[in-house]
Amino acid sequence: MTVTYLQDFEALARNGGPGEPWLQHLRQEAVERFRRLGFPAPREEDWRFNNLAPIVTTPFRLAPADGSGVAAEALSPFLYALPGSATLVFVNGRYVPALSTPGSLPGGVRLDHLSGAFASDGELLSRHLGRYARSEKNGFTALNTAFVRDGAFLYVPAGVEIADPVQVLFVTDPRAEGGVTYPRNFYFLERGAGAAVIESYITLGDFVSFTNAVTEAVVGAGARLTHLKIQRESERAYHVGTTHVQQGRESQVHSHSVSLGAAICRNNLDLVLDGPGIESGLLGLYLGRGSQEVDNHTFILHAHPNCSTREVYKGILDGASHGIFNGKVYVTREAQKTDAKQTNRNLLLSDRARVDTKPQLEIFADDVKCTHGAAVGSLDQQAAFYLKTRGIGGALARKILTYAFAAEVLEEIPWDPVRTELEQEVMSRLEERGG
Amino acid sequence: MLEITNLHARAGEKPILNGITLSVKEGEVHAVMGPNGSGKSTLAQVLAGHPAYEVTDGSVTFLGQDLLELEPEERAKLGLFLAFQYPVEIPGVTNAYLLRAAYNELRKARGQEEVDPMDFMDLVEEKLKLVDWGPEILSRSVNAGFSGGEKKRNEILQMAVLEPKLAILDETDSGLDIDALRTVADGVNRLRRPDNATIVVTHYQRLLNYIVPDYVHVLAGGRIVRSGGKELALELEAKGYEWLTEEAVTA
Repeated sequence: MTVTYLQDFEALARNGGPGEPWLQHLRQEAVERFRRLGFPAPREEDWRFNNLAPIVTTPFRLAPADGSGVAAEALSPFLYALPGSATLVFVNGRYVPALSTPGSLPGGVRLDHLSGAFASDGELLSRHLGRYARSEKNGFTALNTAFVRDGAFLYVPAGVEIADPVQVLFVTDPRAEGGVTYPRNFYFLERGAGAAVIESYITLGDFVSFTNAVTEAVVGAGARLTHLKIQRESERAYHVGTTHVQQGRESQVHSHSVSLGAAICRNNLDLVLDGPGIESGLLGLYLGRGSQEVDNHTFILHAHPNCSTREVYKGILDGASHGIFNGKVYVTREAQKTDAKQTNRNLLLSDRARVDTKPQLEIFADDVKCTHGAAVGSLDQQAAFYLKTRGIGGALARKILTYAFAAEVLEEIPWDPVRTELEQEVMSRLEERGG
Repeated sequence: MLEITNLHARAGEKPILNGITLSVKEGEVHAVMGPNGSGKSTLAQVLAGHPAYEVTDGSVTFLGQDLLELEPEERAKLGLFLAFQYPVEIPGVTNAYLLRAAYNELRKARGQEEVDPMDFMDLVEEKLKLVDWGPEILSRSVNAGFSGGEKKRNEILQMAVLEPKLAILDETDSGLDIDALRTVADGVNRLRRPDNATIVVTHYQRLLNYIVPDYVHVLAGGRIVRSGGKELALELEAKGYEWLTEEAVTA
């Protein structure tokens, strides 16, 4: 079912789809890859728990690139009240300046939409775009690269720190029903720089659409990046997102991922620790209900000594939903003194909900401290009894304990308005359940 | 207020309580003492309704109702409170949230309006004084990362907010240093009223220097082997439990 995508590509290329020669080359190469690879097959190890059929068999066409007509008020629940925070809003894959705000950014910082940056930062992009999120093995990434057009571009010069998080919001509205968008983000932090990005994906309304997103982040030596991805699309939508983070020596990355929406959601998160002394944290929360399928694949490459990573992913699965966690930590022979801790915990609220969890450690160094663990369970019975003795039973107790399970991940989100909003969103999901 | 008659209970196949009879009236403080494994903590858990225990014989009446027929939360709403030996940590749920939720559940059960967060704050600030705490404890997660002493103090704070008719303190003294013990005991004493009652479950006499009981009961082998006044606790302190447990065996 690749033919409609290839047709759309030809049409886009005929229209002279924007581009310098390097960009045209990148796209052409990617589309050739996609032509060869197609979509992943169920027999492939990385996709064997997934049901990709609904994505693969639906001929999603390129969504009409029309970002007009969306009212700012409609977006206010998805943009957080963080004074000074710059926002970039994209509707149906297209940047909408009227809905975006420049915020207050330190000198030298360049924040733009990617299409704009092709002109202003072509040299940097030609060297880096597509170099990290590789298309070789992943048809979705190849497809995104073939259609690369818009998304967020952030460049932070050496030693410069942005105080407030940049908010990047991808909106799909009903005009994109049955369509596909290809958000593509690129964040580049020079040595010692600091920045935070909140990347949100939403739909306005309840309809079928497909988001195929790719983010590449290059975090220079000693730089610090906090990245929060929030996926709150319609429960009829499909979402495949790949985030690739390349970390230089002694850099720090705090990654948060919250997935609430989509009929099928697949998040890939790859961290390449390309230098010694790196510290990173990966926190994830995913909720499933109805027939939602939510999948998180994380890959951490420890390739140098003295790096530490801590990963905690938690899932709450209700109805007949299906959770998937696959976390691989790969420690090369050179990566001595690696400290890697990985945990995946899942709460099944219904006996029809299920989860496939596969934490994996592959260690080739001999002096490391690595642990991993996975758990699937129901609510903590000790805590449930404790609440009952305080007069709190039934649905309220269930709500409190389910929320507590999620809160452990949410409470590390460093911005109050964001954390509060997400906590309320999770709470209301639990209340809708009949609590 | 509380009538326990010939109470038998087991955990799995193992009998733990083997015929306990005990009567507690309003205004009274009862101490339940005994060596490890005597069944004293089980008695507290059975009264609170812990699902791990099965009552095989006997009856318990609380404020005229058949306690054993009630769910744990219904017992709480009726005015029974268990201060846990090992209070449970609930990361992610603040003390303020839990206290207000519990308080409102009680109010609803009594047909009263729920209180809003602001009014509740005023109430809770008064209660905090009883355990000598500032308001910062309210924004911390329930018992998460609390020291042993803080956990016990938190139990007393909950008790102060919920104002139970009958409070059962299960080894509230274990793991406390002398200052924490005094704070906790002060809190309990200040909550004593002519219309409520307290059962203090403890291994040691030490706590009873601060919470002075009207009656002391000694448990051994799941039975009360001796009851007396507060002087019985002193006797136990001096002589240990052996003389009583041996009597129980030869009796």
